[in-house]
Amino acid sequence: MGQLRWRGSILGPRFFVYLSTLVLLLILPLLLSPFNLILLEYGLALALVGLGFNLLLRYTGLLSFGHGAYFATGAYTVAMVGRYIPELYSLEMLLPLSVLFSFIVSFVFGFICVRHTRIFFAILTLSLSMLVFALLFKLYHITGGSDGLYIPIPSVFGMVFNRRPDFLSGFFYYFLVFVFVVGFLFMKAVVNSPFGKALQAIRDNEIRAELVGIRVKRYRLYAFVISGIFTGVGGALWSFVNGHVTPEVAHWFFSGEIVYMVLLGGFANFEGPIIGAIVFTFLKLYAMSFTEYWMFIIGITLIILVLLLPTGIAGGIYRLITEIRKGKTLSGI
Amino acid sequence: MQWFIYVLNGLYFTAFIFLISLGLNIILGVMGILNLAHGSLYAIGAFMAAWVIITLSGLKGVPVPLLYISLISGALLAGFVGLIIERVLIRPMYGRALEYQLLITFGALLLFEDLIKLVWGGEAYYASQPFDILGKIQILGNAYPLYFLLVILVTLIVGSAVWVFITKTKMGIMLRALSLDREMATALGLEIDKLSTIAFVLGAALAGLAGSLIAPTTPVLLGFGMEPLILAFIVVVIGGLGSLKGAFIGSVIVGQIRSIGIVVFPEIELAILFLIAAVILVVKPEGLFGR
Amino acid sequence: MILSVEKLEKQFGSLKAIDGVSFGIREREIVSLIGSNGAGKTTLVNLISGYLKPTAGRIFFGGKDITYASPFKRIKLGIGRSFQIVHLFEEATVLDNVRTPLFARYGRIKSILWSADSYVDITREAIGILKLFNLYDKKDSPAKELSEGEKKILDVAMAFALKPKLLLLDEPTSGVATHDKFSVMNTIVSAIRKEGISALIIEHDMDIVSNYSDNVLVIHEGRIMAEGKPEDVMQNKEVRETILGIQ
Ligand SMILES: Nc1ncnc2c1ncn2[C@@H]1O[C@H](COP(=O)(O)OP(=O)(O)O)[C@@H](O)[C@H]1O
Ligand SMILES: [Mg+2]
Repeated sequence: MGQLRWRGSILGPRFFVYLSTLVLLLILPLLLSPFNLILLEYGLALALVGLGFNLLLRYTGLLSFGHGAYFATGAYTVAMVGRYIPELYSLEMLLPLSVLFSFIVSFVFGFICVRHTRIFFAILTLSLSMLVFALLFKLYHITGGSDGLYIPIPSVFGMVFNRRPDFLSGFFYYFLVFVFVVGFLFMKAVVNSPFGKALQAIRDNEIRAELVGIRVKRYRLYAFVISGIFTGVGGALWSFVNGHVTPEVAHWFFSGEIVYMVLLGGFANFEGPIIGAIVFTFLKLYAMSFTEYWMFIIGITLIILVLLLPTGIAGGIYRLITEIRKGKTLSGI
Repeated sequence: MQWFIYVLNGLYFTAFIFLISLGLNIILGVMGILNLAHGSLYAIGAFMAAWVIITLSGLKGVPVPLLYISLISGALLAGFVGLIIERVLIRPMYGRALEYQLLITFGALLLFEDLIKLVWGGEAYYASQPFDILGKIQILGNAYPLYFLLVILVTLIVGSAVWVFITKTKMGIMLRALSLDREMATALGLEIDKLSTIAFVLGAALAGLAGSLIAPTTPVLLGFGMEPLILAFIVVVIGGLGSLKGAFIGSVIVGQIRSIGIVVFPEIELAILFLIAAVILVVKPEGLFGR
Repeated sequence: MILSVEKLEKQFGSLKAIDGVSFGIREREIVSLIGSNGAGKTTLVNLISGYLKPTAGRIFFGGKDITYASPFKRIKLGIGRSFQIVHLFEEATVLDNVRTPLFARYGRIKSILWSADSYVDITREAIGILKLFNLYDKKDSPAKELSEGEKKILDVAMAFALKPKLLLLDEPTSGVATHDKFSVMNTIVSAIRKEGISALIIEHDMDIVSNYSDNVLVIHEGRIMAEGKPEDVMQNKEVRETILGIQ
């Protein structure tokens, strides 16, 4: 559906688009207002979440409605270290720790969930994320309950930053772009690797995948864990931007927003979730500042999207490109 | 005789969880659609009932029994809203991928959260008259609100009626055929569209009824439908997808644990529920009565 | 004998779907399994491939007793199979449909960072298989876009990629338009012959059976009614009456 594959040379148009996007990302701090730059940072953190989420949905055929749990794991790893082990509170420690904890949580939850597919999988992931929510909410003397926890500015290899705006628009932005690029390249490699082919095989036909010698449940679990770690890292990075974290991020409502943003971008395309994450961030914030009935706006856009543009923004763009190319070749004859 | 009160409270929780999860499960079983907006239908029922009760009690000369009849106003409105949702949003979703089916109901949920705010405002509604009027009765030396018993009774009646409808009437048997095998039902020439509408409206009305019944016992707030929805999910996980028997047993388990939980281990009551659900899943992956 | 089955029985409730079946398949031999609907053909294939466990009897493969081995184990030992309905990776390209089994066979599916295309040897082997099955031209199309006959062929090619010593094919031409049946069967059988593997093929069309098989096994109500060379079996009076419906 509107999907294009450029084959052959690495230096195809797709590569060119990636490279220009990277260059644009690097010069954007000069172009954007600090406010919009911070929105972009939210978007980039969520883009990692979207990439992780889509490994499950697009490539493994599993719809999680509980990715908030792993997001919260990443974010609360940062918050809890800040509160209880401040001597470890540096970026170079926090990121590996958030990987570790999102690995643990997604492994345990994934173990329960991957025995199921489709709706039951969705309900299970949703319910388990609500377990995380309930714990974060109710164990308030540990987690800060509904007030949440403050996220201090981390130190980086001994460097200390004093003002959050400077930190966010300076060092942290480039760090975020770096992590995003690494995550992007990693995920790109994963989906094109034999492992990625195995996941897609499982998605397409579980029976045949098993028959061909793929341990279906085990591979689903691998995908689940990779997805969870991406989401956890996204959550950790997001928490630095936000400066504060509440149990809301573990609520299934937030997980629903993750699904929504990926649909908005278009889950049929590798790049879709990235576009979706960034557009969603801006859309939500501007809707919120425009009216108190922002949920109404988000809900209506969602419904219209599902009914009229199910391939999302990326799907729309690809279709446009296909049309233009077709037009060109036709007129070229 | 404290334990007896726990059991009664458990039955009361069971009652309203059962009404919600029964509706959720009927929709799930017959249409294969997980209705994320189910909590909103419950909330709509609650707001409607609360609003009607408050309005009626504000008028002079309204006979008391009318307050109780008003309880069904929530069920009626929720059923009507369900009808619209089914026609406008769900119907184009048949045969679409699961992610679209879920997202459209999620979109409906967002929409209704704000519509509720728009219609009934952002404040809490207190409509305790039907609860207060009935007062308390003495059971084994404990004073117990009569209204809770009324809720249990109404649920018993409605639950039995739904059971009779599903198992004994022609329409119900067709609904079950549809839930067992959609393709077969199509081949048999059942009117899928009509049956789906009936299932959805019935499910929605049950959620609305649960909301109506609960309205006099608690302030009705925005976001009111979230927690019951999660409880209904746990019931579905425990009882199995689309199983009515499962919905019942699951509600009993969840209701009783809640009743004890909020007294004995209030902080981790929900966690305990999840733990039990997880254990059941590990032992019996498809839920107690799933297929 | 690469496969020998001894006094096999399978009971479903009160129904004996397989009732004391014994036979063998030699190396490089293609055997057709025929019988009317509900005769027990699929059940027999399920027993040999491990999807069902027999209620009595033994199955030997390459001299080994595999009666209770798991399906997974049997694949490793060299028993490949296809199903009555095709099971493809519909969204994936034809090439990837064959490459994925190869990655699994060579223990490469855990490889997560190198692109699938960088495994040149495996890709080459996959292309070799596609050529063998006349699917090379379609290698970049998604499997879902193939014709019914091509799907059937791809389905067999996927089982083939696991380098089986014995292939069990459940109605490889069902659902294929009549005029394509021969070419589909031709492609499949010539690939099997070229590699010199054995096969047990469930097939209804007697013309196809007599053209392509070395031996025929006739099964009726769970029992072997006749077995032998195609031309001999076709002359068998009982077979002609009950199975072929010829007087
Ligand atoms: N899993 C099962 N449970 C019960 N009965 C079965 C099962 N599988 C097959 N049967 C019955 O066994 C008999 C043989 O079936 P099958 O092997 O599928 O026949 P065919 O020769 O058409 O492939 C049929 O009567 C069928 O109904
Ligand atoms: Mg058969």
